[in-house]
Amino acid sequence: MNPVFAVALKEFQDSLRNRWFVSITFIFSLLSIGLSYYGSVASGHIGSPSLSTTVASLSSLSVFIIPLIALLLCYDSFVGEHESGTLLLLMTYPISHGQLLLGKFLGQGSIITLATILGFGSAAVLLSITTDMQDVGRSFSLFIVTSSLLGLCFVALAYIISVSVSEKSKAAGIALITWLFFVLVFDLVLLGLLVGSSDAITQHGLVQLMMFNPADLFRLINLSSLSSSDVNGVLAVAINSSFSTGTLLSAMVAWVVVPLGITLIIFRQKNL
Amino acid sequence: MSYPVVTLESVSKHYKHLRALDGINLTLNSGEIMGLFGHNGAGKTTMMKLILGVITVSDGQIKVCGVDPKSKQAWNSRKEIGYLPENVSFYEQLTGHEVLTYFARLKSVPKGQVSPLLEKVGLSSAMHRQVKTYSKGMRQRLGLAQAFLGKPTLLLLDEPTVGLDPIATQEFYLSVNQLRNEGASIILCSHVLPGVEQHIDRAMILSNGKSIAIGTLDELRQQANLPVVIKTQGINGALGQNENLSQFIVDATQLHIPQELKVNVLKQLLDYDSLDDIQVENANLEQIYQYYLRMAAGEKNQNSKGAI
Repeated sequence: MNPVFAVALKEFQDSLRNRWFVSITFIFSLLSIGLSYYGSVASGHIGSPSLSTTVASLSSLSVFIIPLIALLLCYDSFVGEHESGTLLLLMTYPISHGQLLLGKFLGQGSIITLATILGFGSAAVLLSITTDMQDVGRSFSLFIVTSSLLGLCFVALAYIISVSVSEKSKAAGIALITWLFFVLVFDLVLLGLLVGSSDAITQHGLVQLMMFNPADLFRLINLSSLSSSDVNGVLAVAINSSFSTGTLLSAMVAWVVVPLGITLIIFRQKNL
Repeated sequence: MSYPVVTLESVSKHYKHLRALDGINLTLNSGEIMGLFGHNGAGKTTMMKLILGVITVSDGQIKVCGVDPKSKQAWNSRKEIGYLPENVSFYEQLTGHEVLTYFARLKSVPKGQVSPLLEKVGLSSAMHRQVKTYSKGMRQRLGLAQAFLGKPTLLLLDEPTVGLDPIATQEFYLSVNQLRNEGASIILCSHVLPGVEQHIDRAMILSNGKSIAIGTLDELRQQANLPVVIKTQGINGALGQNENLSQFIVDATQLHIPQELKVNVLKQLLDYDSLDDIQVENANLEQIYQYYLRMAAGEKNQNSKGAI
């Protein structure tokens, strides 16, 4: 068996074994089904919400949860094996650094991707059967693709943390800080910049800044297809940007590929 | 026919503030078992990592099966190398069988070898239990099974017998000897000195990253010139009256004889009619080891004195 697949298979089975996969899928489907049917209650309406409110509230919740889950799933991927000594042993086997990284990414990435497809897909299927909403398939497929990309991107970021430190506890701490930074601090700073200096940043400039945060990219892609009344915060300004969905999607893909590349560079120089 | 499997030519490895290895020369032939001894931090593990190609040398040249272990050509020979690291803890949630299957896949070893290997190391009854339920000895056995995967031609074993009971240790040496007879070379690194000596062909003693002695046990014994201890029973006072022997007497029943006079003295002792019992002990590995470490420490002191 190709060593890449051997590693991927093991990582995948590990996540099945310790019930990560079941829990993530369950959380995602609970979230999406709950929001699809009761999402409007939060804003004071009773009755089934519109598709755009559903996707808007789903993405503002997912933007917190998906990165957290991805970081928790993968932060100990390398540092854990380093601590137990198996990383050293693996590197004496006929498997290269790149193959090991790719194998882990395939295994753990497919867990996140599958969980998103099953979890959010279940809501899409339910909605399209029970309601007469238009375009459920289109909105949800974009949402599922971006959710998976968001997950993969934070998997790659978790790998950077995992190969850079030598203790598991440190990796966990840095993972939490990373999460806080991307989902909260980054937006607060942007908002501060916007309020503090009214003319310093143009709308175009703002969107360019948002390219530096995969979580913002995720929201931008999902919300820009919706009516702007459902959107608030920094995003309300950034929406209707001049970037096409395709451009934004490729920026997200870059957020997966570049961290993986950085991981490989650090991993190759790591002292075992 | 034997050929060199591992060659080290004035190999050095230093980290930022540490000279881990300094000018090591070594040739390991096929079908040879070498013991690697030294105090904690002497550089044993560093040497193994260099041979495995996990870290690069700072100076000198290293060849495993004719190629640099760090190079791309060494890729295929990695399948032929077995390594047992010190203190490895395998994936706790997996069963022993799953762990070994994973490593077998990585080494492209057929799956059929997994169960027989686990049986060979005595884990057949526990192979479908999770590794976290294993005792220290059982984990060590699993590690050995992992190192034996795919009939390696070069085996590097770091503290292989730690945690093994005496019978398991014996079985371990049997497997090692079997591999050696099939032409494999083995480097054995151990702190447990008693019991190792009859299993190794050559020994290398490291201290502070330097090789302070290398050779067969007989050669080392001769160089060290450690006395043979002879204990007698029944002769009592008569020993003191023998002019040839009196100079070697340590106490009434014990003699310390230089190696080369051993047979001579034994003949003389056997002439005593009153002799009931006789014990002859060659200097063992532990004494040789201590002798060389003391020598190395002595040289170091002299050097530092000279510097002042």
